[in-house]
Amino acid sequence: MIRKKLKEKDVMPYVCLIPFMILFLTFFLIPIIYSLVLSFQKLGRGSTPPEFAGLQNYAFILTEDTYFWRSISATVFLLFMGTLLPHLFAFPLAIMLNNKSVKLKGVFKVLFFLPFMTNTVSAALIFQQLFSLNYGVINFLMGLMGLDKINWQGDPNVAPLFVAILVNWRYIGWNTILYFAGLQGIPKAYYEAADIDGASTFEKHLSITLPQLLPIIFFAVSLSIITGLQLFDEPFILSGQFAFMGGVKNSCLTVGYYIVWLAQKGLQQPRGAAVSWVLTLLIVSLTYINWIITRKLEGRTKERPNAN
Amino acid sequence: MISTKPLKNIFITLIIYMVIITASFIFLFPLYYVAVIATNTNSSVFADVPPFSIGPNLVNNFLQLLHKVPIGIYFINSTAISVLSVATKVFFCTLTGFVLAKYKFKGRNLIFGLILFTLSTPKFLLLIPLFNMMIWLKWINTYLPLIVPSMADGLGIFLMTQIIEKSVPDALLDSARVDGFSEYQIAFRIGFPLARPGIAVLGTVAFIASWNDFMFALVMLPSRHMHTIPVAIASLMNTAEKDFSVMMMATGVAILPLILVFLFFSRQIISNLLAGSVKG
Repeated sequence: MIRKKLKEKDVMPYVCLIPFMILFLTFFLIPIIYSLVLSFQKLGRGSTPPEFAGLQNYAFILTEDTYFWRSISATVFLLFMGTLLPHLFAFPLAIMLNNKSVKLKGVFKVLFFLPFMTNTVSAALIFQQLFSLNYGVINFLMGLMGLDKINWQGDPNVAPLFVAILVNWRYIGWNTILYFAGLQGIPKAYYEAADIDGASTFEKHLSITLPQLLPIIFFAVSLSIITGLQLFDEPFILSGQFAFMGGVKNSCLTVGYYIVWLAQKGLQQPRGAAVSWVLTLLIVSLTYINWIITRKLEGRTKERPNAN
Repeated sequence: MISTKPLKNIFITLIIYMVIITASFIFLFPLYYVAVIATNTNSSVFADVPPFSIGPNLVNNFLQLLHKVPIGIYFINSTAISVLSVATKVFFCTLTGFVLAKYKFKGRNLIFGLILFTLSTPKFLLLIPLFNMMIWLKWINTYLPLIVPSMADGLGIFLMTQIIEKSVPDALLDSARVDGFSEYQIAFRIGFPLARPGIAVLGTVAFIASWNDFMFALVMLPSRHMHTIPVAIASLMNTAEKDFSVMMMATGVAILPLILVFLFFSRQIISNLLAGSVKG
């Protein structure tokens, strides 16, 4: 009896893992291998079988493909101005929201969270309306202040900034709430000790808040790197979808946008696969750099003699 | 004696409130503007002074939306995909998470490694292979590509493993074994009910992700009658004769269910999302 039970306990985990393994193999491992193979191939027209092309696809996108390099520059711009910039707003906002004298914290948290809950397509449509050249609220208000109208969507120099504004709107509140949650985990005693030492507010945040929040900063920045390098919805909607490929001069063509574009064109899929591997490499290396920097900073704060 | 300290504190508090309220206003105004455009006539959108307040045209715009766009079908598509996706994902992730959290077996670390591997893989790497696979399976323009590949979602399994490890006591499972429960009965009769807090977390996260998903829905559901609400709005933006009031009404239909759910459960959703991300 007992022996039978033991056996069942040993077998049961494997039985329960069968669905996961099937799904993992079919919809993850095989697609990834297929994508790698595809990125080294050249597809033939009609029923011609695909040929092995070596590094040809990679060489093409890295040396000749102007769309690829435009997409890299748009993506890097949006990474910094779109998803990393919100951290500079979110950090002080979180510290303010965490202030003892602020009431209704729960209500503010909900308001800060709403943009993140809004789906990207709706948000993009709303922003397109607000920033419309002739009928938008923003240009109207700028007119009242005596400023010139800005062609937010049509001007290739401004359009990426416009996308970045939308991305900021979506992520400032989200990051604020991440940091706010982190702030609540810092023991109050640390600040009390610093008060006794007569530290100023700024000094306290520099020597207590920042080092204590490093793990969350690392986490939040990693998330932003991953989202930032994979931005698709916002630039796609705001710059004309499939019809315009990133708007005037492809100024909003992100790498993700380019991959979706290539995915639709049968014969160019190998190039799309190669681009997606370059993107993966970029994400992994930037996340790694972020990790190295965080560890360096952690080391430095530990070396520093204690405030006491 | 009057010290300057309280005065200074009041001043600081005032500034903090001003900043926080300004930020809230910036976050809220675009959503308020959906209501403004959706309740005004389309022609008022093109007036010299853009509308700033709620108008009287709500019912008319809604009828226009029903008349011009099969929004009912899109709503059904979005709802069906989200509900089916959440239900299957919750089931498979809870089962896998339960086994990973509560059983020691050979290969457990390997499985966990595979899950972390899926977590660090960008969705764009899978797009082209999955797209071709769905064409081959003849799943394009069905709900399946948006449900099946994400059923054993790495993040979901990771989350459930973490939560079940803490919320399901081993002693309870052992006493159930003594009572003669089979391992499968233990999983479904004890593991699943006790994992409810985790299921709530995963359910909300999965619902938001599925309801708001755009990229995969765009690629996998090209046929008009299969559109989800986000894809439908995107294609409305592409038409020559744009009716902004109708588009904003559609946007309202896309946003409102989530905002209502969110306002009712905001406390749980925020803390759950954070539990999943910060502590996970």
